[in-house]
Amino acid sequence: MKKLLIYLPAFLLLLLLLVAWEAIVDLFNINPQVLPAPSAIVSVFADHAVILVPHILTTLLETLLGLLFAVIFGVFVAILLRLSSLVRKALYPLLIISQTIPIIALAPLLLIWFGFTILPKVIIVTMVCFFPITVAFADGMEKVSPQIITLLQSMKATRLQILFIAELPGALPSFFSGLRIASAYSVTGAIVGEYVGGYQGLGIYMQNAAHSYAVNLVFVVIIITSLLSIFLFAAVVLLEKILIPWNRGK
Amino acid sequence: MHHALSIKHFAKSFGVLSVFEDISLSVDKQEFVSIIGPSGCGKSTLFHILAGVDKATSGELFLDKKKITDSRGKFGYMPQDASLLPWKTVLENVMIGPRISGLAKTKAQEKATELLEKFNLQNFTNHYPATLSGGMQQRVALLRTVLFNPSFLLLDEPFGSLDALTRQDAQLWLLEVFKEFRSSVLFITHDIQEAILLSDRIYVFSSRPAKIMKEVPVNLPRPRKLTDLTSPRAVALEKQLFSLLKQTKK
Repeated sequence: MKKLLIYLPAFLLLLLLLVAWEAIVDLFNINPQVLPAPSAIVSVFADHAVILVPHILTTLLETLLGLLFAVIFGVFVAILLRLSSLVRKALYPLLIISQTIPIIALAPLLLIWFGFTILPKVIIVTMVCFFPITVAFADGMEKVSPQIITLLQSMKATRLQILFIAELPGALPSFFSGLRIASAYSVTGAIVGEYVGGYQGLGIYMQNAAHSYAVNLVFVVIIITSLLSIFLFAAVVLLEKILIPWNRGK
Repeated sequence: MHHALSIKHFAKSFGVLSVFEDISLSVDKQEFVSIIGPSGCGKSTLFHILAGVDKATSGELFLDKKKITDSRGKFGYMPQDASLLPWKTVLENVMIGPRISGLAKTKAQEKATELLEKFNLQNFTNHYPATLSGGMQQRVALLRTVLFNPSFLLLDEPFGSLDALTRQDAQLWLLEVFKEFRSSVLFITHDIQEAILLSDRIYVFSSRPAKIMKEVPVNLPRPRKLTDLTSPRAVALEKQLFSLLKQTKK
């Protein structure tokens, strides 16, 4: 209960902004085709909830699959970077350069290669999420106390034992900060992927809504998108609490 | 089971920086030997070499009169800070040594539990290190070292970070562990009284490049207690060591 109280000022501010928005739309008689009032958005939300469910599920599936692959590749690459200085020298600069490529520009290419399936969207989410996870995890392994490594070496631990006893668990907190950032980006990644083409998903629904000037529906999708991101973020934080019990209470 | 150590003409330099030039010392079976000397005189480097995580530039190392080239795993080495793994409980930390050496988990658990009970740490078995006081952390780290290899302990200033009262408790506790296992011990400290209370013999190191200035026998009966430090022999010894250490600062 006390923890929830921390969010009270933020909640009150949000409420205040919504009230102001409602009042301004009312007061200046703004055309709902341009800017609908919050109350109008809520009522549209309720009307379209059922129609929206399959779109939400599609986007959520793409996001979760993309995140999953990003975690698998990210952890794998980070371990490779840690174990081999040759891999580090060869791969690390390329990884940095790859981040300068605008992923939006790649989306049409992926569509050409893989068609209107969910695959191009999953790939985009993976690409967006891969980098923060890899860098954070590699960093975390780097930060494990050198005294601990020395101690394990003095006990005749093998390279792999050091990896599993010290570096992987020691990097978990950093891994989760990377995953938190990635989870916040991931839903947006899926929506960008859907923009380029597809049959179902929040991005497609939003585009259709925009093309038919259903501005209130666009707002509905925006709200759902941000709710999904918050939900994912919270899930990661919860997972972190469960998997890192030694940091609890700190 | 117990080992005698002798080092002959050890030298170590990092590039042009000479850490020590000609160190020869010995530790008999079941003997407790301390090294005192100014900070930065290369005591920790000496321990790294003995623990097998660094190499001497020249010199020879004998264990029970046999020449040793790779000394990893031959000593129970405890680094300067406790270096407990934060993600492992007290029990899991203590059983790391046998686990690395390939002992089955349940066996290692049994041994660690038995040891923790014997030295009155059974109430902390499932605690994470972050929840323990500094003195407790050092005790856990020491038991971990003992469980890995009780035959010969290398203890690098284990109580250096503790306050005076906690330190006295820890010293007496260490004497109990020493009595139980009759390990051979090489012990680094800055604290003259600590060296007198614990040791059979004391080596005084000069500042860098380090040489052995003096080798001093303690000649106090065992078992020792804190009041032994006020005996005429101990007081005279303390004066002698104090003036020797003063010379190293010139």
